[in-house]
Parts: sequence; C-alpha cells; structure tokens
Amino acid sequence: MTLFLFGIVPYICLAIFVVGHFWRYRYDKFGWTTRSSQLYEDRLLRWGSPMFHFGMLWVVLGHFLGLVIPKSWTSFIPQNVYHTIAVVGGMIAGVLASVGVIILIYRRRTTGPVFSATTPMDKVMYLVLGIVILFGMINTLSSSGAIAVGDGHYDYRDGVSVWFRSIFWFQPQPELMAQAPWSFQLHALAAFVLFALWPFTRLVHVFSAPLGYLTRPYIVYRSRESRPGAGVGNRAPQRGWDRSELQKK
Amino acid sequence: MRIMAQMAMVMNLDKCIGCHTCSVTCKQAWTNRAGTEYVWFNNVETRPGLGYPRGYEDQEEWLGGWTLKNGRLNLKGGGRLKKLLTIFSNPKMPSIQDYYEPWTYDYETLLNSPLQKNFPVARPYSLISGKPMNVSWSANWDDDLGGSKEHAVKDPMLKGIEDKVKFEFEQTFMFYLPRICEHCLNPSCAASCPSGAIYKRSEDGIVLVDQDKCRGWRMCVTGCPYKKVYFNHKTGKAEKCTFCYPRIEVGIPTVCSETCVGRLRYIGLVLYDADRVLEAASVEDDHALYEAQRSLFLDPNDPQIERAAEAAGIPGDWIEAAKRSPVRRLIQDYQVALPLHPEYRTMPMVWYIPPLSPVVDVIKETGHDAEDKDNLFAAIDTLRIPVEYLANLFTAGDVGPVNDVLKRLAAMRAYMRDINLGRDPRDEIPEAVGMSGEAMYEMFRLLAIAKYDERYVIPTAHAEQAHALEELATDCPVSEYGGGQPEALGEGAGRPVPVAVENFAMLQARQTADSAENTLIGGGSKQGRVNLLNWDGIGVPQGMFPDRDEKSGRS
Repeated sequence: MTLFLFGIVPYICLAIFVVGHFWRYRYDKFGWTTRSSQLYEDRLLRWGSPMFHFGMLWVVLGHFLGLVIPKSWTSFIPQNVYHTIAVVGGMIAGVLASVGVIILIYRRRTTGPVFSATTPMDKVMYLVLGIVILFGMINTLSSSGAIAVGDGHYDYRDGVSVWFRSIFWFQPQPELMAQAPWSFQLHALAAFVLFALWPFTRLVHVFSAPLGYLTRPYIVYRSRESRPGAGVGNRAPQRGWDRSELQKK
Repeated sequence: MRIMAQMAMVMNLDKCIGCHTCSVTCKQAWTNRAGTEYVWFNNVETRPGLGYPRGYEDQEEWLGGWTLKNGRLNLKGGGRLKKLLTIFSNPKMPSIQDYYEPWTYDYETLLNSPLQKNFPVARPYSLISGKPMNVSWSANWDDDLGGSKEHAVKDPMLKGIEDKVKFEFEQTFMFYLPRICEHCLNPSCAASCPSGAIYKRSEDGIVLVDQDKCRGWRMCVTGCPYKKVYFNHKTGKAEKCTFCYPRIEVGIPTVCSETCVGRLRYIGLVLYDADRVLEAASVEDDHALYEAQRSLFLDPNDPQIERAAEAAGIPGDWIEAAKRSPVRRLIQDYQVALPLHPEYRTMPMVWYIPPLSPVVDVIKETGHDAEDKDNLFAAIDTLRIPVEYLANLFTAGDVGPVNDVLKRLAAMRAYMRDINLGRDPRDEIPEAVGMSGEAMYEMFRLLAIAKYDERYVIPTAHAEQAHALEELATDCPVSEYGGGQPEALGEGAGRPVPVAVENFAMLQARQTADSAENTLIGGGSKQGRVNLLNWDGIGVPQGMFPDRDEKSGRS
C-alpha cells in the first residue's frame, strides 16, 4: 500500500501532469486562459484574488526551500532558527492563501453570474485545492504548536523532503512517507492528485505568467504572413498536406 | 525612416443620422455570440452624452492611454511592473454595470401562454445571471439626448464649459458619434498586454488580438482609452474590432461602412513613418498632437517617398491606392478630418469631420441665411459652445483647428450654392479658407457625391492567389455569370464553370491583353474560358475561336 501510494501514484500523477500540459498546449491554446470573472464581480475579488495569489507564490517559494534544498545545505543556520523562520513565514503565507481562497470560494458560490460560470472541473479543482491547503495549514500549525511547547516535532526535512527528491532521482523511498504523520501523508497525496488535475483545469494559467512583458517592446508588430500555414486555409496544414516547396541542396 | 501602410477610416459626422445600422450589422456579423452580448465593436453615441461604456472618456478615472512623465511616454495605467503586480485583480477594469447588463426577453411566456383575460408579458431576463431584471442602462440609453438633464450633463467632455451649456440648454445642440476601434499607430492596448497577444499588422496596421496567445489578463481593457477592447466572459479572452480584416483583405469595405445609410464613412490607406511615431506621441503640448500626428503621414505622390515605399516592400498597387486614398485627401489635402482625442497619445487612425450642422441649425433658427459665408463664419466665431465642445473631442481643446475645419465646410456650402444656382462661383470664398476653387469643388465631390469606389479605396492583400488558385470551391458560382441573362439552352447555357480548358487562342489573348479586367493569377479572364465538358456538340463553343477582327478582316 505504501509502495502504491507513495511510490507509484506520484509517477502516475506527474506523467499525467507533463503529458497533459503538452496535449493541452498543443490542442487547446484557445482554452488556455485564466477565465477571469472580474467582469461580473469586483468588490470581493479585489481582496481575495491578490491575497490568494501572493500567498500561494510565497507558499510555493517556501515549498521550494523546504523540499528541494537538502537539509545539509542550510546546516549553518541553527535548527531552531530555521524552523522558526519557516513556520512564521509559512504561517503568514498560509493564512493569506487560506483567507484568500475562502473569500474566492464564498464569492464563487454567492455571486450568481460567477457561480453559473463555474464548470464541474472548477468545482473538483477547488475541492482538491482546498484539501491541499487545509492539510498544509494543519502541518504548519502542528509544527508551530510543537515549537511553542518546545516539543520534539516531526522534521519533514528528514522525511517528506528526502522522499520528494527521491522521486525525481527515480529511486523512490516510499517507506519514508510511511513514517510521516497522517496529515503530511494526506497533504502530499492530495497535492499529487492536484498535479494530475492541473492540465485539465484553469490552473494552466500558472505556466503563462507573463514575465516576458518586462523585457519586450511595448508595441508588437506582426506580419500576416508569419502565421503558419497562411494562405492555405484558416489553420496550419497538417503533416502531409502542406504545399510542396523546393528545398535547394 | 520606416515606411508603413495603415488602413484608416474617416467619418463625416454631418451626415450621421444616428440610425445605428452600423452597430446592428456589426453586431450581427461579429458579436452575436454568448460572452459578447454586451460587446459593440461599433457603437453610436449621442453627444453630449456619457458614451459607452459610461463616461469612458474620463481618463483620470479609467487611466487609459498614455501620459507624459518627465518628457517620457508612459502608460497612464502604470508601467510593466505595476501591471504585473496588479495582475491578480485589475484595479481599473470597468464592470459589466459600466457597460450594461445584457438582457433578453422571456418570449416563451408569450408563446406558451394559455387563453386568459390579461395579456401576457415577456419580462426582461439578464443574460449574465439568468434572473429577471429591470432594464436601467444600455449601450445607447441616452440616445437623442434622452434624460440629458441626468446623463448628458455628466459628459466628461463638458468639463470647463458646463455653465455655458446649462445656460443655453434651450438651444441645445447634439450630434452622433459612431465609434469603432481606432487602430492606433501607438496602441496602448497592445502596450498593456502582458502576453503580447495584441499586435499591429505590419502590412495594413490593423490591430488584432491573437486568440491563441491571449491569456485573459484584462490589462488591455484598461489600457485602451476608447474602451474598445472587450473581455469575452465566456471564453475568457479579449476581443476587439478587427476592421473586418477578412473583408479588407479581399478589397471590400468593413461591414459598418458597407451598410452605412448615410454613406459617411471613407476607407483608404495612409503611408506613415513608423520610426517617428514615438517622437510624435511624446510632443509636450497636447494641442500640438494633432499637427504632430499629421506630420507622420507621408505623401505617396512624392516620387522619393514612392521609391522608399517600394524599397520598404509596399506593393505597387498599395502605393497607387494610397495616392487615391480618400482618407489621405480628407486628412492631408483638405484638412477637414480630425482625430478623436489626440490627447490620449495613441495616434488614433479613425478620424472625423466635425459636424457643421449644429452651427447651421442655430443660424436657421434665428432666421438668417444659413448658407451665407459671412453668417456662417460669424456664427462659428461667436457660438463658442459647439466649437469648444468639438475641440474637447477632436483637438484636446484647441479651438483653432476646429474653427478652421468648420470654416472650410461653411465656405464649401456657400461656394457650392452659387454653382448650384447657376451663378458665377466666387473664388474669394475658397481663398478665404486657403483653398483653390478647384480643390474646394473636388472636396465637395468627395464629401457629397463620391461613389462606392471613391469612398472605399482598398487594395487587396497579396494572398488573393490562394483564393483564386482554389477556383473550384471558394468562389460564388453566380459571380461566374457576370450578370445579364444567361442563355438557357445549348452549349452557351450559363457561363463556363471553373473546370476550365484554355485553348490556344485564349492563351494568346490572355498573354497579349492589355486589359486586366476580371483577371486570374498571371492574367487572363475566367469569363472567356471554354468548358468543353459542357459542350453538347451543337454549334461552336463560345470563345473557342478568337473574335473576328473587324478592321483587318482576318480572324
């Protein structure tokens, strides 16, 4: 069971994640959007959306530090100092994201037009995302509680983090997760389910974060001929159907 | 110098009767879909009035367009970093209420109602929430100054002249302002797009949204000061007026122009220097922006410009079209067209001939001769309200150019009356506004009686080959007949179908013809081709042999 949940499921989910994104980008560029509902409602969104998004960006950064960077690299920082920083930072980010997501879900349910624009996939995604955030908060809270009472708490950097990295070395160590508290197990599992759902939801917009905007010129000029397949129809010709062209050797 | 061609439009506001035909046909063609119910790529506003969306011209509120900061041109809504930081919730996006909540009527109740004493009513239902609603605003709620005491007085363009308008409200003036996307030379929507999905086509300057690249960040909606980029709330993508590019590419005018009953729209090319756009848009003085933009335009009749344009890859027929362009003539030669809100610094490319009719109406009401030059000139000088208001719209508040345009139009009125009444034309009238009598007559022709092909000078895009090469399926079969009565029987029944067989004589005629009428790729006429597949053996197929040459007597 441990092998299946923490040794096989992650690979299935990550495979769906990668192939799914490739497929979605190839065949549904038109559907690749944030599907913003700001036009319908602005008052709640103005607070909820930035709180959630900035909170999540912070959360992602925290996970990168905690999961990807091995413990030995940060050994120069005293253990308790590191944990205090991690827990305090994680708490702020987690509270921001949680309050944000609560505002957003409340808004989505109570604002008529927003609710009617919600797809079944959105609902599934919100559910899984909510579970992931919930268990993430439980983990952070239990750690901070343990620190507050000076108790020896579970150090995820010796367990979950090592397991997480082991997945990418293709030498998974699922037994590490078996020793982790249940809330960590559920958090990790729900997160991988979310990764599997990712390419089929509006979450794909994460990968079009427009960082290129910072460097590109303001006005974009484009020739109508630059469209692939221009002049042969309204879409690019499929392989085998393009016009013959002389390839001089 | 980097010469580029721009497809542009001029609208003659004196002729607009506010019938909304352009809006309706545009809507039927482009935005008759779920998600774009509230979207009008073309709308007609009554001015003074709030416009659509409500009060969009108040840029202190909506932060559209560009602004000068320390001599540098910046997006008024904030630069790149600010755009990215506010990407999760655009602080300045108009809500659906600022446009209007689209609705439909519950026609089912009417159709399915049983026989009853009271007549059934179709109630309005919101197309956004699906709930019954009270219709309280729309895209032209204040049409014809309806409710003007409440709405028109809030017109942002009345700032500074409110007291005078209120004072003379009994002799109110009004006109209609049809608006489409301006297809600016310096589009702030494109500059605001984080994804780079909005682009300006380098061939004809049409500004388009790449639907595959748009990610729905909504910054363009804020960036456009004319509020002519819309958010499709079903697809989550931005959409805007396309200048009907599929029509323009094959040489026919936009839907709004084609269906305009007043025939007030002109479409044509202008050549401009793309390298100087930023410089012109960064002119310090708002009042100088009109002249700055005019200075960008290049004269295609100048042989040097012509050569440079050819070198820049602009096709010969495009340069010819730029020479004949009615838009260029109205903007540059006669100088009667003005840009809408040059102070937004986007260098808009849909220009307007301001209406003289409010002035004419006032003179008429006072019992004076409204076609007399002196009366009209005096009225333009003294009737400050229409002129100042028009200046707020078209010249950033500078009354000078508006006065000049109105005087030209007034002079044309007076000059042409003499001609129409068979009197001797008085050349001092055009001279008073710095024109020759000939130029004034040409301007009159263009404004009053120009035919279809003079109003719309649209060179086709150079991809027509693709269409023509596919001659089988993509053509309208009726167009093959070229009008007239097709013969009913025999081999000549109808015109040849496109499965064409070209005989030797036809080939020779095609290769030596000096007329390009109805030409195919590489010359030749589809009409003259012979189709042997349809020949029933009776008589001689038309076009099989060359026409007998009458002069020489040989065939």
